[in-house]
Amino acid sequence: MIPEIGHFALIIALALALCQGVLPLIGAHRGDATLMSVARTSAQGQFIFVVISFACLTWAFVQSDFSVEYVANHSQLALPTVYKISAVWGAHEGSLLLWILIMSAWTVAVGRYSKKLPPEFSARVIGVLGLLSVGFLLFTLLTSNPFLRLAVIPPDGADLNPLLQDPGLAIHPPLLYVGYVGFSVAFAFAIAAMLTGNLDQKWAKWTRPWTTVAWLFLTIGIALGSWWAYYELGWGGWWFWDPVENASFMPWLMGTALIHSLAVTEKRGLFKSWTLLLAISAFSLSLLGTFLVRSGILVSVHAFATDPARGFFILAFLGIVIIGALVLYAIRAPELDSNAGFKLVSRETFLLLNNIFLVIAAAIVFYGTLMPLLYDVMGVGKISIGPPWFEFAMLLPMLPLALLLGVGMHAAWRAQPEGVLLRKLRIPALIAVAIGIALPGIAYGRTGILVSVGVAAGIWIMLSSLLDPWRSWRREAGATAMPRSALGMSVAHFGVGLFVLGITIVSAFNIETDQAMRTGGAVEVAGYSFELRELRDAEGPNYQAIEGRVEIRRDEALVGEVLPQKRQYLVQQNWMTEAGISAGWNRDLFIALGDQLGNNTWSVRVQYKPLIRFIWLGAFIMALGGLIAISDRRYRSAA
Amino acid sequence: MSKFLLPLFAFLLLVGMFVIGLTKDPSRIPSPLLGNPAPEYALPSLQDPDVLVGSADFAGQVALVNIWATWCPGCRQEHGFLMELAAENAVPIFGLNWRDNRPDALQWLRNLGNPYETSAFDADGRVGIDWGAYGAPETFLVDKNGMVVHKHIAPLTREIWERDFVPLIEQLEGGE
Repeated sequence: MIPEIGHFALIIALALALCQGVLPLIGAHRGDATLMSVARTSAQGQFIFVVISFACLTWAFVQSDFSVEYVANHSQLALPTVYKISAVWGAHEGSLLLWILIMSAWTVAVGRYSKKLPPEFSARVIGVLGLLSVGFLLFTLLTSNPFLRLAVIPPDGADLNPLLQDPGLAIHPPLLYVGYVGFSVAFAFAIAAMLTGNLDQKWAKWTRPWTTVAWLFLTIGIALGSWWAYYELGWGGWWFWDPVENASFMPWLMGTALIHSLAVTEKRGLFKSWTLLLAISAFSLSLLGTFLVRSGILVSVHAFATDPARGFFILAFLGIVIIGALVLYAIRAPELDSNAGFKLVSRETFLLLNNIFLVIAAAIVFYGTLMPLLYDVMGVGKISIGPPWFEFAMLLPMLPLALLLGVGMHAAWRAQPEGVLLRKLRIPALIAVAIGIALPGIAYGRTGILVSVGVAAGIWIMLSSLLDPWRSWRREAGATAMPRSALGMSVAHFGVGLFVLGITIVSAFNIETDQAMRTGGAVEVAGYSFELRELRDAEGPNYQAIEGRVEIRRDEALVGEVLPQKRQYLVQQNWMTEAGISAGWNRDLFIALGDQLGNNTWSVRVQYKPLIRFIWLGAFIMALGGLIAISDRRYRSAA
Repeated sequence: MSKFLLPLFAFLLLVGMFVIGLTKDPSRIPSPLLGNPAPEYALPSLQDPDVLVGSADFAGQVALVNIWATWCPGCRQEHGFLMELAAENAVPIFGLNWRDNRPDALQWLRNLGNPYETSAFDADGRVGIDWGAYGAPETFLVDKNGMVVHKHIAPLTREIWERDFVPLIEQLEGGE
């Protein structure tokens, strides 16, 4: 009964989404206040019914109702309750439902915080969001209904994919979706502005905080995903250039470009048509990401749903949404260009360069992800593009971006006298270069041009980001403090610096070896000795494991003890690697069991990963910067 | 034509590509190589850049050509089985180390064992393209006349070996 209620609630939500998508848009067109007022109430109604539907599915999981096909396929009795709940979005159908839930929550939030906006404008924004909801609800109900029942009820379920039985992956998709879906708000703002035919600086001011919130969730989501891959895939890598990762990285790059271009549009009224195009692209790439993952058009470890029918539906939906947006863009954008000028050395120029490099980066990822597909389509053979290609290609836009970042954030709007900039920045620049040259040799005993450039870039960004907060902190009494939005920018950029430093050091000085190890044996890596003390059996609620106890010593002193495991999940019978990681701020020591080679002998992968934590820390600090920026007073009194 | 129409055209092009792509299942397309001569190649050996190895090495015999790389988790998964095959002397295995770097690949063979008669080092992946590899690992069975008889995508296992390869090999060897 409960699943039927969930199903029914979803149908009511669809009806309400239709109201929300159609009536306010007609109302805004005719200037009919009654029709426009439908927007908020129908959005709230839709949200309530989606919550009911989502709760019903969750209930089915918690109760292990295996008469529901989706539950039977992705849960089992012995699954811990936390994972029964996270299993709701552990596969295609449920993750769509989660997407819809998040989308309607965003819409309610937009309704709540847009009361000071012109009523036609907010009606249009909510209307566009309603139409997007209609698309996703139809998709779910027609092709991916999670509430379908089974005729024959199995005694136990098929279990959740063991890869997903992990706290990191329990919260990674929701965060990612909050980010993806959040860009739909920026998208809706862009469409509404184009429908109104009026895009002024106020528009940018309204759009900015929403975009930043979406961006910061996406940042955290991606960082968590990377961290999860690091410790759960047993490989020690933190980024694989897997199509699914790329699918989340492209909207991130575009979203980052959008945030920066919005700043120009708000402050100077420039880049308007460009900002619109970015807002459309960021969301389109989010949709495209979903399409790539869900359709199975690119085969990958992540793509759990490979079903062409779904692929065609998403493609059609994607086509309608994006073609509609781009046609509107082609009609409206030419009216928007403004010609306020700016000098070559000015913040505008730096932000323009930022945008260019970020878009190039997104284009590279796009090319690398889709080129194999294109070759296939044209029938000219198949190619494969692997991590080495991406790593090299990404340097091209990212290196200049990193170097320019430190200068750009100190440049003034309109025109910046070069002398002042030079005087302000020369000391940080010199320190950065000095550290860049010295650090690799001193700390890691090896040097290289690229490493030095990377370290210098990281330090340079960090120091440059600290300049303004430092001055603000040391200011004389009575001087104005830094506005939150400027502080947020400094913090986020500091995070970028940490991130750059982390990537540089870990890719240059990462050590990994694969060894055969027997109990009692030891290996030496990067001055640490790893001794396999014992191998023992361990047991979890739904798996059995072999656990190694490894003692790590440095100069005889015990540094830590880790317990890498090789787990076999009982229902799906597959083996999972649970790495043993001894984490420190300046290095991770990573041990993963490979294959059993003989009695008490295992192949073991031991890795030394210096500064790897900086990568995720950097990403979290970027997100924190976004959080500080949106707490600026300007946005709270938005109108 | 307005420059503002460009994004629209770019996107339409992309959609066309997707529509064609959706009608194909990349994992099920039979390799166009099947029944055709194996692409010839001669590349520096992984172990010694001055020595050339390649398709000439397995001319006239039934052989496996295995495309692998250290960045490929599936390759690691199947490596143990390749070692078993090599130990059983079932069929000579010729490695094509694909889009990899030399030190890593050598380290890998030292640590995990070397099942290959020879390993060709295909740094820029050009030979991989000739063989139609779209990912690693991929394994090809080549007969005595140098024809590609079978192609397997994804890690090789004992089960797949017994099912898909052994009958073919018996047939090829028996046809003498």
